Amino acid sequence: MIRSIEELVKSAEKRGCKISTVVRELEAKYTGSTEEELFKKMRSYFDVMKEAANRGVAAEIRSISGITGGEGRKMWNAAGSALAGSTVAKAAARAMAVSNVNASMGKIVAAPTAGSCGILPGSVLTVGEKLGKSDDEIVDSLFTAAAVGRIIALNATIAGAEGGCQAECGAASAMAAAAVVELAGGSPRQAAHAVAMALKAVMGLVCDPVAGLVEVPCIKRNAMGAAQAILAADMAMAGIESVIPADEVITAMKEVGRMMSDRLKETAMGGLAVTPTGKNLSEKI
Amino acid sequence: MNLFDIIGPVMIGPSSSHTAGAVRLGNMARNILGEEPRRARIVVYNSFAKTGRGHGTDKALIAGLLGFAPDDERIRTSFEEAGKRGLVYELVAGEDDDSLHPNTALFVLEGNTRKTEVAGCSIGGGRVKITAIDGFEVDFSGEYPTIITVHRDRPGIVARVTTHLAEKGFNIAQMRVSRKTKGEQALMIIETDEPLPEGIKEVLESIEDIYRILIILPA
Repeated sequence: MIRSIEELVKSAEKRGCKISTVVRELEAKYTGSTEEELFKKMRSYFDVMKEAANRGVAAEIRSISGITGGEGRKMWNAAGSALAGSTVAKAAARAMAVSNVNASMGKIVAAPTAGSCGILPGSVLTVGEKLGKSDDEIVDSLFTAAAVGRIIALNATIAGAEGGCQAECGAASAMAAAAVVELAGGSPRQAAHAVAMALKAVMGLVCDPVAGLVEVPCIKRNAMGAAQAILAADMAMAGIESVIPADEVITAMKEVGRMMSDRLKETAMGGLAVTPTGKNLSEKI
Repeated sequence: MNLFDIIGPVMIGPSSSHTAGAVRLGNMARNILGEEPRRARIVVYNSFAKTGRGHGTDKALIAGLLGFAPDDERIRTSFEEAGKRGLVYELVAGEDDDSLHPNTALFVLEGNTRKTEVAGCSIGGGRVKITAIDGFEVDFSGEYPTIITVHRDRPGIVARVTTHLAEKGFNIAQMRVSRKTKGEQALMIIETDEPLPEGIKEVLESIEDIYRILIILPA
């Protein structure tokens, strides 16, 4: 199993292929499944992602608690006039749409977690659409994302309770950044720089769910995570490099997570969860 | 770690630990009972007790007991489904307990012929761990094909089971034996790499002094 971003990049470079190609081949060897089986499974996961994104932009979906709802739909309607441009706005809209479906007890794919489930689909669906990519090409890019997520899980954490929101939305954003670079035809090395830049952008981010629920601030952070992934990919493909290599950023993220107080790690005892409004909402539920 | 542990599981939101993990805990408790549960008392602890309602943890635990998968749309309406299936349940919040994992549940289950008590916790990303069965301390995830035996604590039983597996070409990934008192009842958990062969349950059940065999297959 590939355990570092550097190893991932080098093995793709050596073969002169995309990261996803290496990942799928190795995973087939590791699990005993065929590449076709793996692709088919990823394809079925992609279909769930797409359906959730479509549902959440087509209608205002309310959460079970009633605290949030409709963010995906609202942003989708405003995407045409968005200052950030329609790609970022649509990616953000889809990210929130998936997150809205999640908070309504709808069907989603944890990527890597349910709290961060909108970032990857929001990014790859929107970039894929803009670049006219086929669904199969987008599914391919998910293997790259998954490999990045696994390296983060192996060397740091993808659990908010252990590492804070940087471990969930940060990992998702890094995964999406690598997938977007690959979709857009960037190099494996550029994908690694995009991973580093996306993760650096949220270093130290607290996990502070209001009333303990995966809604506030999670839904909006999914939008930000998608926007950051796309910008990190653009930066990397513009030739900007992360001074600190991705693997070192991942280790730093782990250390920052370790240093963070437990109050800031999914306990609803710090950050936005203990603001006057946060506490009020908590009492109402 | 499988790639689909990172992208995946496909699940009903909103929380992989509080919803998907809770469904899987219910699934495991149901499998350990080994028949349709008729009565269930579920005690939830710590974070499960505090933020469970908003995350649908209560609905998810019941859905799991009914055998629904973590991506089953009926999780949202599991209380009604329980009514239809004749499952009488009670959900109780336990006292805060720092010695327990933050997301812990204890199931006290009754089926038509059996009773069991299963404790487990949701450890993140939808993954779970079973920590006790009928008062025996255990530690397994249900991610591998798992064999659980309840047997008399005497020499030779463990060897007979493992020999049988070895003869069939099965590699044991992890194994643990526990007992409450020497010479009385013991419990053995074996996790294997490969899917288990047909008929393994019957073969192992025929071994003298094995009272009960449970086979738990990964979801």
